[in-house]
Amino acid sequence: MRLTTASGRRLVAGIPILWLLVLFLIPFIIVFRISFSEVRLAIPPYTPLLTWRHGSPVLQLHWSAYRFLFTDPLYVSSYLYSLKVAAVSTLCCLGLGYPMAYAIARSHAAVRPVLLMLIVLPFWTSFLLRVYAWIGLLKNNGVINNVLMYLGVIHHPLALLQTDFAVYIGIVYSYLPFMILPLYANLEKHDGTLLEAAADLGARPLRAFVRVTLPQSLAGIVAGSLLVFIPAVGEYVIPTLLGRTDQIMIGRVLSDEFFENRDWPVASAVAIVILLLLVVPIMLFQRLERRELEAAK
Amino acid sequence: MKSAIPNVNVMPPAADPDSAYVRIANLTKRFGDFMAVDDVSLDIRRGEIFCLLGGSGSGKTTLLRMLAGFELPSAGTIRIDGADMSAIPPYERPVNMMFQSYALFPHMSVEKNVAFGLEQEGRGREQIRHQVGEILDIVKMGGFGARKPHQLSGGQRQRVALARALVKRPKLLLLDEPLAALDKKLREHTQFELLNIQQRLGVTFIVVTHDQEEAMTLGTRLGVMNHGRIAQIGTPADIYESPATRFVADFIGSVNMFEGRVSDEGSDCLRIDCTELGCTVRAERTVSCTRGAIVWTAIRPEKINISRQPPTAAGQPGPAENAVRGTVREIAYMGDMSIYLVQIDSGRVMRVTLPNVMRGAERPIARQESVWLSWHGSSPVVLTE
Amino acid sequence: MRARGLFTRTALVLGLAFLYLPILSMIVFSFNNSRLVTVWDTAHSPTLKWYVALMSNEQILRAAWLSIRIALIAASAAVVLGTLAGMALTRLGAFRGRMLLAGMTTAPIVMPEVITGLSLLLLFVAMQQLIGWPKGVGAVTITLAHITFCMAYVTVVVQSRLSGFDEALEEAAMDLGARPLRVFLRITLPLILPAIASGWLLAFTLSWDDLVITQFVAGPGSSTLPMVIFSKVRFGVTPDVNALATIMVLIVATGIAVSTAWMRYRQQRRVRDLQLAAAANL
Ligand SMILES: Nc1ncnc2c1ncn2[C@@H]1O[C@H](COP(=O)(O)OP(=O)(O)OP(=O)(O)O)[C@@H](O)[C@H]1O
Ligand SMILES: [Mg+2]
Repeated sequence: MRLTTASGRRLVAGIPILWLLVLFLIPFIIVFRISFSEVRLAIPPYTPLLTWRHGSPVLQLHWSAYRFLFTDPLYVSSYLYSLKVAAVSTLCCLGLGYPMAYAIARSHAAVRPVLLMLIVLPFWTSFLLRVYAWIGLLKNNGVINNVLMYLGVIHHPLALLQTDFAVYIGIVYSYLPFMILPLYANLEKHDGTLLEAAADLGARPLRAFVRVTLPQSLAGIVAGSLLVFIPAVGEYVIPTLLGRTDQIMIGRVLSDEFFENRDWPVASAVAIVILLLLVVPIMLFQRLERRELEAAK
Repeated sequence: MKSAIPNVNVMPPAADPDSAYVRIANLTKRFGDFMAVDDVSLDIRRGEIFCLLGGSGSGKTTLLRMLAGFELPSAGTIRIDGADMSAIPPYERPVNMMFQSYALFPHMSVEKNVAFGLEQEGRGREQIRHQVGEILDIVKMGGFGARKPHQLSGGQRQRVALARALVKRPKLLLLDEPLAALDKKLREHTQFELLNIQQRLGVTFIVVTHDQEEAMTLGTRLGVMNHGRIAQIGTPADIYESPATRFVADFIGSVNMFEGRVSDEGSDCLRIDCTELGCTVRAERTVSCTRGAIVWTAIRPEKINISRQPPTAAGQPGPAENAVRGTVREIAYMGDMSIYLVQIDSGRVMRVTLPNVMRGAERPIARQESVWLSWHGSSPVVLTE
Repeated sequence: MRARGLFTRTALVLGLAFLYLPILSMIVFSFNNSRLVTVWDTAHSPTLKWYVALMSNEQILRAAWLSIRIALIAASAAVVLGTLAGMALTRLGAFRGRMLLAGMTTAPIVMPEVITGLSLLLLFVAMQQLIGWPKGVGAVTITLAHITFCMAYVTVVVQSRLSGFDEALEEAAMDLGARPLRVFLRITLPLILPAIASGWLLAFTLSWDDLVITQFVAGPGSSTLPMVIFSKVRFGVTPDVNALATIMVLIVATGIAVSTAWMRYRQQRRVRDLQLAAAANL
């Protein structure tokens, strides 16, 4: 199809490509580059990668940032902790989101848009403020503890804030719409007669669900899980506001290295290792996304 | 509604009716390794309705899209009225297309839709209004100018799409399955309207369809496509009565086809031994073939007689010519005619149709009756490919 | 069958309660007199004093104004770039760089924000060294960063609208003599306008709401609203933030209510049109 002239084509594709090259791709190359430098007290606070000696360039690769990452147990434990938190939160999100998406997909056509709207609505209000709201709920003298004590269920406030539990709550709460929407989009397309056929062939409801619905919705499950898991690994705001102080997540480590310690090479190395951990999930997500868009055609 | 339309340029009949107005030469379109259109050469005359007919995926739409300029040919040329179209973008071609989906702009009223093409030419507002009104009257949509496309029924949309394509007075109008979205009754009615409008405006039409009846009704000539190639070009009668290949014979109408071997060749007739048929076929000699060659004979169902008595010539001893015995297995009553499926002695089933001339004919042929089938020597068509 | 219907419906109700309870509690406590935020002071509540405090808080007002300006510019620029990218991905067929563009428009959506923020800051530092621009970090760098991640979302929205769009409409316009730019302006643009509008709203919200990336690329004196809120709530809850949240919820709810009413009106008109068409069927 020739919808544009040659120069028009170049412009339409060229402008966004150029923009993203400069502001998305090249920055990663810079991060990669700086992760191989050493800190120094200067502006900028890292050693250059190329130096000129006797008129010829010398490549100076410093592995110190990476060596540091793998020797100091703080980093390794932060990575593992982040992966654990992201994985547990993703599973909780799936556990809550799947039945919700299923209920919406099976609901009456007239109420479906309303329910979807209710799922998306919180997303339009500030993410930061919604996380903040949980502080008020989870604090020692917060709403939840007050209510439980009033009801006589407990006599001493439970320590809810600054725990793993609070972080899970925060992540599930913030990312739930990202789990529900792809799941809903997938479940909605399902053919109800398939379940009837399965029932007709003698499958009990649970069995029919496991054998028919679940495998078909796998693409939705994977897409939703990736949409939650990948950003959750690097989550910064939620663990900072709700999480433990003795064990921090890797996003916070990166931020602290950069802002508190002004150690740009180590911060960059932290980022590169996060990317290496996430490269497979990210590519998987992109493939799913592409397939989804092609199916829409 | 106005009965006489002024200002409509009725094209004068072309000086030489055989001169090619659109000349397609060796046109080829490849998608990767796949040949969607394969070396098509085709001449279309001024003022005619040329119907492209073919099965799904045979390359009709692709051929049309190359004419409109949406698809670049991989090889070959297109000339319209002598001008080479290769380097001309779609928006500068003297060609308009009526899309199968109609492609009416949903955000514009009927009037705006029809005026769109004229606006691109930079005509004056008054002139545009006049021309739009005129063409809407021709397609009998005069009162609907202010409606949006979604406020129209399918037949009305079809006519707006036609008006929008015609208002620019293209040299060539391409119609991709123009009637496919209409129900059967409306389709038949619209076919004649389309013919009427075409004759009044004198525009050359190329119509794509996979409905053979529609092609026969509309087309002055037909082109049958198969696997990206043109299998045959000719008038509807040519193609029906003298198909050039087995594909065409089978594709247009229904046919009884038997493989055989030429056993005798005279100056104007052939004898063919058909083991599948269980008799010798005598046919007019229309193709060149030598004794012993494998050929196919095709006999249309309506050209076969069915009778209880053996036909007079077939009563003689020796192998029968152009006559076989069989048993009626199935009769389908279609109103205007009946279809008989007759199992002949060799085991094959032949299809025979008879018009129901008389009301309540006396003692009609019934199922399981034993009958004779026979045909005239001019009926079989001999095909070599 | 029944049992599962009951189970999923219960999950839906509980899940919705989970989503809305925190927001409700913020709204309720924004009218609480006590400084203790979560302890309801029955004697002196409800009160509007936190709203009054909010309206006289210079710092918050200044930050909100900056956030609005950045979000307006970022959303508008992101819509232009995202529409171009969406057109390129759906309308240009295969071209060199297509895979690259497709990858670069989906990756920012899932990329952890700390990484995007860090990489953008390092880019701005490097650019300043090399070409002397941008001069320091501040509103300009924040806007550039926001355009970049907002653009990815707009691209997805526009792209999915474009790929569900009958290309024959564009071909028909071209067939009637419209050049490519005209086809875009007269046919494509009006028809994808709803997607562009929702892309713009999405981009505005994301920009308005972003904290992490902004923190990296902001400088002294360019604190956006989320940055101010974050520095306040990081060291405990403050009641005027509740009031701020309530105002924001109110604005969003009003916007949604108006747009729903509008869509319902359009829907009704459409139904009437369809009946008209059916009646006119010849
Ligand atoms: N853009 C394309 N890329 C790849 N293959 C294509 C493309 N367009 C058409 N084809 C292939 O070319 C062949 C011819 O397609 P075309 O649309 O011309 O068929 P058609 O004769 O119009 O069929 P139908 O009657 O179903 O409309 C088909 O096999 C189709 O799959
Ligand atoms: Mg076709």
